[in-house]
Amino acid sequence: MSAEYAIATEELVKVYGAKVAVDRLNLRVAEGEVFGFLGPNGAGKTTTILMLLGLTEPTSGSARVYGNDPTREPLKVKRIAGYLPEKVGFYDDMTAKQNLEYTAALNGIPVEVAEKKIEELLKLVGLADVAEHKVGTFSHGMKQRLGIADVMVKDPKIAFFDEPTAGIDPEGTDQVLTLIKSMAKRGVTIVISSHQLHQVQKVCTRVGIMANGRLVAEGSVDELGRQVIGGGKFRIEVQVSQPSDRLVNAIKGVKGVGNVEVNGDRLLISCDEDIRAQIARVIVDSESLLVQMKIEEYSLDDIYLRYFRES
Amino acid sequence: MTGLRAVFWKELSDHFSSLRFIILSILIYLAGVATIYVAAQNIRADVTGTTRFIFLRLFIVSGENIPFSFPFFLSLFIPIIGIALGFDAVNSERTSGNLSRLLSQPLYRDSVINGKFLAGLVTLSILVVSIVTLVAGMGLRMIGVPPTAEEVLRLFVFMFISIVYGGFWLSLSVLFSVLFNRTATSALASVALWIFMFLFVTMVANVIAGAVVPVDQSSTVEVIARNDEIYRTISRISPSTLYGESVQVLLMPELSNPSSTLMLISIYTAGMMPTPLSLGQSLLVVWPQVTSLIALSALCFAASYIKFMREEIRST
Repeated sequence: MSAEYAIATEELVKVYGAKVAVDRLNLRVAEGEVFGFLGPNGAGKTTTILMLLGLTEPTSGSARVYGNDPTREPLKVKRIAGYLPEKVGFYDDMTAKQNLEYTAALNGIPVEVAEKKIEELLKLVGLADVAEHKVGTFSHGMKQRLGIADVMVKDPKIAFFDEPTAGIDPEGTDQVLTLIKSMAKRGVTIVISSHQLHQVQKVCTRVGIMANGRLVAEGSVDELGRQVIGGGKFRIEVQVSQPSDRLVNAIKGVKGVGNVEVNGDRLLISCDEDIRAQIARVIVDSESLLVQMKIEEYSLDDIYLRYFRES
Repeated sequence: MTGLRAVFWKELSDHFSSLRFIILSILIYLAGVATIYVAAQNIRADVTGTTRFIFLRLFIVSGENIPFSFPFFLSLFIPIIGIALGFDAVNSERTSGNLSRLLSQPLYRDSVINGKFLAGLVTLSILVVSIVTLVAGMGLRMIGVPPTAEEVLRLFVFMFISIVYGGFWLSLSVLFSVLFNRTATSALASVALWIFMFLFVTMVANVIAGAVVPVDQSSTVEVIARNDEIYRTISRISPSTLYGESVQVLLMPELSNPSSTLMLISIYTAGMMPTPLSLGQSLLVVWPQVTSLIALSALCFAASYIKFMREEIRST
């Protein structure tokens, strides 16, 4: 197994009693990627992350994080991997700064170095003003940002975020995603597990969709869209007064059109670009009248739902 | 090692700043001062011309108002301190969501348990040493008789055994904090076990001994001795008996056997007053008790490790 992958798993299996939580997972995440781990609750995302961090043991198969086996050498993995759990907790009676200092101490970072870094990080996540406040008074969004600072204290090569945006307001979500992006810019490999797809879409370079313990699809959002829909990125729905084969053929002749489906007086056109203007002209040039025209962008949600219907 | 050290210092500072610790120390200081005050009032009646260990008497004598001696108070409070310092060691981390964050840091899982145990033990030691020193100092001022070198040594051993005894309860409550996910459950379980050990084991031992070898007014000395032997053996299941016996032997060198009944019998049959044991011999007598206490703590540790090491750590 080569070390060029940040994460590589081979036939990874985890069984709880009669339930197979993770089923022969073969996952590859390259260094520097922002990988979105998608799937409904109970798909096995968290279990996979726990196995990658050595917090639970795989039933069979193997995993490597930067070439280290998390089961055999958990400390080597934990030295380079940061983890923000889904329900992150801090010591409520300690201040934000003290909490980060404890993490730094656990990582064996010398006090002088840690002090400086913690100050910087608290500024970065926008908690510098409340550094001396007890964490017990923090909102969920603030705790989540503190969690990101906590992950960054040890300068990880790879960071796992488990549902980082669950239960935070839109503004908080935006802040969290921006922070994760800024981490990615520093060259940290990032794995985000989530079921909130449009948010993941904003930051991930590649996504993997998990269902019932299996990775059912993998690739960039665009690629997945093509795989699923078989056409382009957009779908234009046109309602005309008199649909005809000539009209359909004319539309098919427009540059950029992928596929045209006829459904009564509606035409469903899939395409790679927004070519409503060109299509409108074709329709106007024909004897038919244009009643209405709608355009939709395929979102990850469509892709995702499609997969779940299949599996 | 860095992990262990970080956990240890954090837990220690947590203990010292906690309300729990402050309340416990106030309680134990008040009790200690009260017993030693009563002891100093009553010590004159208790000491005769032949008494060798006058200073140690201070720790044994009790009065009418407070019919408990200082070691008895300690035997009550030490388990409470041990339980209070350990019952939420691991499960509070779990419920607060800190455990998965903590264990994703580069430290071995046993460092978490060890660090917490060590911090609890140091806190406990500081409490025990400070209360014994305080009480000894007060006693010295009140009766004006300085302790001999042997008495000082005996007090040191007494402190050591008290800490070992507290260490057992600490490791037990840490074990419960690993086994039970809720802090209330682990606290209750520890306290229930303590009450059982403290009160019921001796009662049960009494009943069983009475059933196996019935004793009445006309019983011979051999029968009484056999009854007592059975009673002793059964009640030694309880760590509080082990502690009580070793304290007795250390602070009352006149008793060569932890069983007061057997002592009385030997006085009665041999018709002579026993001579005090030397410190070395006292240590030999309490050695099995102390090793048992240490072994019991080790057992709790082993169980905690087994449960905790391979456990899956989920944040939800």
